[in-house]
Amino acid sequence: MTNLPLELINTCAALLLLLSFAMLSQRRVLTQVDLYAAQGLVLGVSILITAWNTHQPHLYYSAGLTLLLKVLVLPFILHRLIRRLDAIWETETLLNMPSVLLIGLLLVMFAFVLAQPISELATTLTRGTLGIALAVVMLAFLMMITRRKAVTQVVGFLAMENGLLFAAASTTYGMPMVVELGVGLDVLVGMFILGIFLFHIREQFESLDLSHLESLKED
Amino acid sequence: MGTVTLTAVLAQGTATVMAVLAAPLLLGWLNQCRAWLQNRSGPGLLQPYRQIRKLFHKDAVIASNASPLFRLVPYVELASMALAAAIIPTLWTRLPFAIAADSIALVGLFAMSRLFLALAAMDIGTAFGSLGARREMLVGFLAEPALLMVFFTTSLIAHSTSLPTIADGFAHQPFVLYPSLAFACVAFLMVLLAENARIPVDNPTTHLELTMIHEATVLEYSARHLALIEWSAALKLFNYVCIGLALFLPWGLAERPTDPTGLLLAVPALLLKLAVTGSGLALIETLNAKMRIFRAPEFLATAFLLAMLGLLVRLLLGS
Repeated sequence: MTNLPLELINTCAALLLLLSFAMLSQRRVLTQVDLYAAQGLVLGVSILITAWNTHQPHLYYSAGLTLLLKVLVLPFILHRLIRRLDAIWETETLLNMPSVLLIGLLLVMFAFVLAQPISELATTLTRGTLGIALAVVMLAFLMMITRRKAVTQVVGFLAMENGLLFAAASTTYGMPMVVELGVGLDVLVGMFILGIFLFHIREQFESLDLSHLESLKED
Repeated sequence: MGTVTLTAVLAQGTATVMAVLAAPLLLGWLNQCRAWLQNRSGPGLLQPYRQIRKLFHKDAVIASNASPLFRLVPYVELASMALAAAIIPTLWTRLPFAIAADSIALVGLFAMSRLFLALAAMDIGTAFGSLGARREMLVGFLAEPALLMVFFTTSLIAHSTSLPTIADGFAHQPFVLYPSLAFACVAFLMVLLAENARIPVDNPTTHLELTMIHEATVLEYSARHLALIEWSAALKLFNYVCIGLALFLPWGLAERPTDPTGLLLAVPALLLKLAVTGSGLALIETLNAKMRIFRAPEFLATAFLLAMLGLLVRLLLGS
């Protein structure tokens, strides 16, 4: 009677949402990278469960790619980057955390309402989680909007990609392999480019605070 | 739910009196665990009782401008907490008094006791009293919605707002994994810490008036009044822990008091759960430092957020 795989996937989805909120409210840059790695882990596990439950071999590759890239490679690069940028102890001044969290909550509700009609059209086992995937994307957006530091914006960008992948996995059992590989490599390459950008930003302004970019003229 | 028979009422009355009498023991156990975790030998399990007895033997000193309300409040506190204990399922789920009040009324009962405590704190007119009252109300008004959301989530799953029915549903049905309940559980734990003036929000052992929240409201009380207030605080902690156990760890609850084998299982189960929860709370308090008062809204906003997420996850995923 009880549907264990579905319950496990729902739990993973709930955990993803929780981790998104944890990232939204986290001040330390390094902890945020660790939270991102945890999110990748949960995402990989949920894809694994879907693969095991629906007997789709290509989802195993997708899960393997997710686990390799998002739990090991990207967090490693980010850790290195933060160490090289001397940003280990960098913290952000969050503007009014409770209200940011409340806005996040409203976004989650919006995403749920938005996803309701779409997920009714889908035929997959995991269609209910589309709302959560959309919410993860929107929360990552919100994180990029409310943050000032460049590194956290990069983490927000990566978290948004997590949400997209989860949406794909939950509605259509994953994208074709070519698309998935392409997106995975895109993220990796984007990470490198953003890393180079970060070094340039710091060289120019001697800080990673993006509010410096707002002034166009040199005083 | 429970039918009102004489035996049921008598059994429930006995259980409530037992709860009132045993509540300081949980506080003693918590303090003992904390002492052990901090490499101290600890004051012993019975220290809250000794404290209460000592206070009962002293002469009460009351400010000359105190109104009758000030004398009344300790009794109101203890009475409302005892009333709450009567509608929380601790040992069995067919509670005869449960038809009188559901979980939402329970939140109201806690709010009422907080209101009276704040009024009493402002009654004398000292600076610290009204400071404590304001802070207490700040924490209370942020914790209350979170607590309500926790109750709503569990009510949605169990299709009832009555606490015994919810506990009964969870205890006697096949195990289902509810992510929404996990969210609600964490939110409830945060509310429990905030409402009972435990460490991340308030320090119950502080002597520094400027950082006090709950302690500042009872600074003016002495002797038997203070004893009653401390007793009701211990009972409040006991009540909160029992609500948490009934909602999130209801296994081992008996159905009715006239079922001896069920009771034989329920009593050791309750003691074990209380012991584990008490030591868990002590661990949380040891690992955390007290946060600044202005961080408390963030802490409670997180609790509200978690409870709300639980509710949303329940509504969307049906899990």
